[in-house]
Amino acid sequence: MEPILKIENLKTSFMTSNGEVQAVRGVSLTVGKGEILGIVGESGSGKSVTAMSVLRLLSDTARIKEGTITFKGQDLIKMPKKELRGIRGEKISMIFQDPMSSLNPLIPVGRQVEEMIREHDPDRRKEEVKKDVLELFEKVRIPEPEKRYGCFPHEFSGGMRQRVMIAMALANKPDLLIADEPTTALDVTIQDQILRQLRELEKEYGTSIIFITHDLGVVAELCDRVAVMYGGLIMEEAPIDDIFEKTGHPYTMGLLASVPDMDQDKEIRLQSIPGSPPDMTNPPKGCPFAPRCPYARQLCASELPDFVQVGEGHRSRCFLRYSDAPADANNPFRK
Amino acid sequence: MSNQNILEVTGLTKHFRAGRNQVVHAVDGVSFTLGKGRTLGLVGESGCGKSSCARTIIRIYDVTAGQILLNGTDITNMKQKELKPLRKNMQMIFQDPYASLNARMTVRDIVAEPLIAHGIVKKKEEANDLVYPMLERVGLTKEHAGRYAHEFSGGQRQRVGIARALVLQPQLVICDEPISALDVSIQAQVINLLKDYQDEKGISYLFIAHDLSMVRYVSDDVGVMYLGQMVELSDADEIYKNPLHPYTKGLLGSIPIANPKLARQKEKSGIEGDIPSPVNPPKGCRFHTRCPYAKPECAEAVPESKYVDGGHMVACHLY
Repeated sequence: MEPILKIENLKTSFMTSNGEVQAVRGVSLTVGKGEILGIVGESGSGKSVTAMSVLRLLSDTARIKEGTITFKGQDLIKMPKKELRGIRGEKISMIFQDPMSSLNPLIPVGRQVEEMIREHDPDRRKEEVKKDVLELFEKVRIPEPEKRYGCFPHEFSGGMRQRVMIAMALANKPDLLIADEPTTALDVTIQDQILRQLRELEKEYGTSIIFITHDLGVVAELCDRVAVMYGGLIMEEAPIDDIFEKTGHPYTMGLLASVPDMDQDKEIRLQSIPGSPPDMTNPPKGCPFAPRCPYARQLCASELPDFVQVGEGHRSRCFLRYSDAPADANNPFRK
Repeated sequence: MSNQNILEVTGLTKHFRAGRNQVVHAVDGVSFTLGKGRTLGLVGESGCGKSSCARTIIRIYDVTAGQILLNGTDITNMKQKELKPLRKNMQMIFQDPYASLNARMTVRDIVAEPLIAHGIVKKKEEANDLVYPMLERVGLTKEHAGRYAHEFSGGQRQRVGIARALVLQPQLVICDEPISALDVSIQAQVINLLKDYQDEKGISYLFIAHDLSMVRYVSDDVGVMYLGQMVELSDADEIYKNPLHPYTKGLLGSIPIANPKLARQKEKSGIEGDIPSPVNPPKGCRFHTRCPYAKPECAEAVPESKYVDGGHMVACHLY
C-alpha cells in the first residue's frame, strides 16, 4: 500500500521551566491510503503530540527537533506556515476530544462548516456552499439539517457537536483525518454511533484516518493497524489481529490484562501494571517501560532496545524479542 | 426490614427547579437495596440520574420524595445536624481527583480532616496514628504525607481521595465514577485496592460508572438507569448474560469489544439518537422514543417494575 503520510524519526520536545520535556523521542510511522491507523497509549505517552506535530499545531513552547513528515512528497516540517494553512482542513483535517472548545460559541454551526469550505474555495456561490453543508449534516446523521443549520453549539449535545466537527473535517474531502480521542468524552451509545459513521465515511471517501485513543476496544472495532506508544516511543506496531492474538510487547500485554472482559472471573484479581509512567523531563536511559515491566532484566534499565521485526508488518521494541534472547521462564515470548 | 441491608431506597425522587416553571426530573421513583459487604453498580448514559441519585442518598441534595434507610434509620428528612454523626458511616469518592482535593492542604491534612470534623481526634497531631496506616493501606508512603495534591499523578490523587473516604471506617462508600479520569493501567490498581478493602472490612459500595465491563467486574448487582428511572436491576452476571430491557441490550451492544475478530462478526445492536431532556421526559415509557421494539402502548402507559425469573427486575411493556 502506498503511504500517504510518512513520519520518520520524529522528535518533539516542550521547553518548560522544569527543563525539556521530551514528549516524542523518535517516532516513525506510515499511513496507507484508506487505512485506519490506531495510536494507543496512556496520557503522556506522546500520542497526541505526534499527531499535533503532523499539522504543527503545537504550543509556542514546543520544538520539533528532528525528523521528517512526508505528505504527498512534501515535508510538512519544512513547509512555510502559509503553505501549511492550505493543507490544514483541506488535505488533512483534525477532530478533537472536546468539540465544545473547538467550535465558536457565537457562530451558528452551519456557518462554521460553511466557513471551512469557503476558506479553501472562496469563489463558490453561497447557496451552493449551504447545500453542501446540509448534505454533510445529513451524511453525519444530524437530524433535521435545515433546522439545525442555524443552531448554536450550546444547543447541541456532546455527540451532536462531535458530528458537526466531523462534518467540518470532511467538508473538503481530505486525504487524511486525524482524530484525537474523538469519542472519549461521549457515552458508549454515542461512541458506537460515531465509530460506525467513521467507518462508513472512510469507505465512501477513501479517507485515511489516524485514530488516537487509550481504549483498546475502540481500536479493535475500528482500526486496520495499531501503534502502541509509551514514554515517547512506539513500543509495538502490528496489524490489528496480531496486537490481540500475537501480542508482542510486555506493555501491550499489561494494557490488555488491565481491562476486564465481559466474562472475566470476578474472583481473579485484575492484573494491574504497577507504578506510573515515566517523567519525560528525565526519561529512563533504557527501555522506558523497564521500571514497570514484570520481565525486566538488568540490560533493560541501561539500554534502549531496537524496534525489531517479529512478524509480518509486526515490530516490537523489547530485548526479549531479540533472536538471542534467553528462553527461560521469565520470557513470555519463548515458552 | 432486614438488618442485612446497609441501604434501602424506596421511590427516591429528586427534582430540580430550572428557571421559570421548568423542572428537571433528575431521579424519579428509584428503589433498591444494598446488602452489607455487597456492591451495587449503577450504569447509564450521562444525564440518566445516576450521580444525582448518589448525591441525594448521601443527602448532598434534599430529597423531593421517597425514603432512604441507612442501617435501618430513616435519614430522608433528617436535619443536617442530626445526620452528621451518621455521615461517618457513609463516605464518597469523587470522579475528578483534581477538583476534589484542597490544593492548599497537605495530604496528611486532607486525610486527617474528616477525623477532626467527626471528633475522633482532637488535634491534627493525634490523627497521624490513623492517617499513616491508611495512607500505607492505599499504597502511599509516609513521605507522601507532607506533600500537596498537585505533586501527585491522577492515580495517586485518587488514592488520597480513597484514603480520605476510608479513614473513618465507613460501612457504605459511594464511588461516583472513581476511575473514569484515570489511565487504563492505573484503573486496575484502584479497582484492586477497592475490592481488597471490601474483602477485608466487609463494607458496601454503591459503584457508579459508565465503563460497563468494569461495573460487571466489581458489582454483585447492577442497576440500569435511564432518564431518572431504574429500568432493570438484577444480579450482575445475569444482567450481562441475559439483558431484558431493550435499553440494557442496546447499551451492552454499544460496548466496543476488545477482540477484532469478534468485533467484525458482531451484529450491530447499538442505540440510535440522543438521550432526551429530563426537563420534559417522554410520556409513558421514557425510552420509547429510541426503542426499536416500541408499541403504541409504550407512549401511553408507564411500565411497571416486574420481576422475571425471581430476582430480575425489569420495567418494560414487553414483559
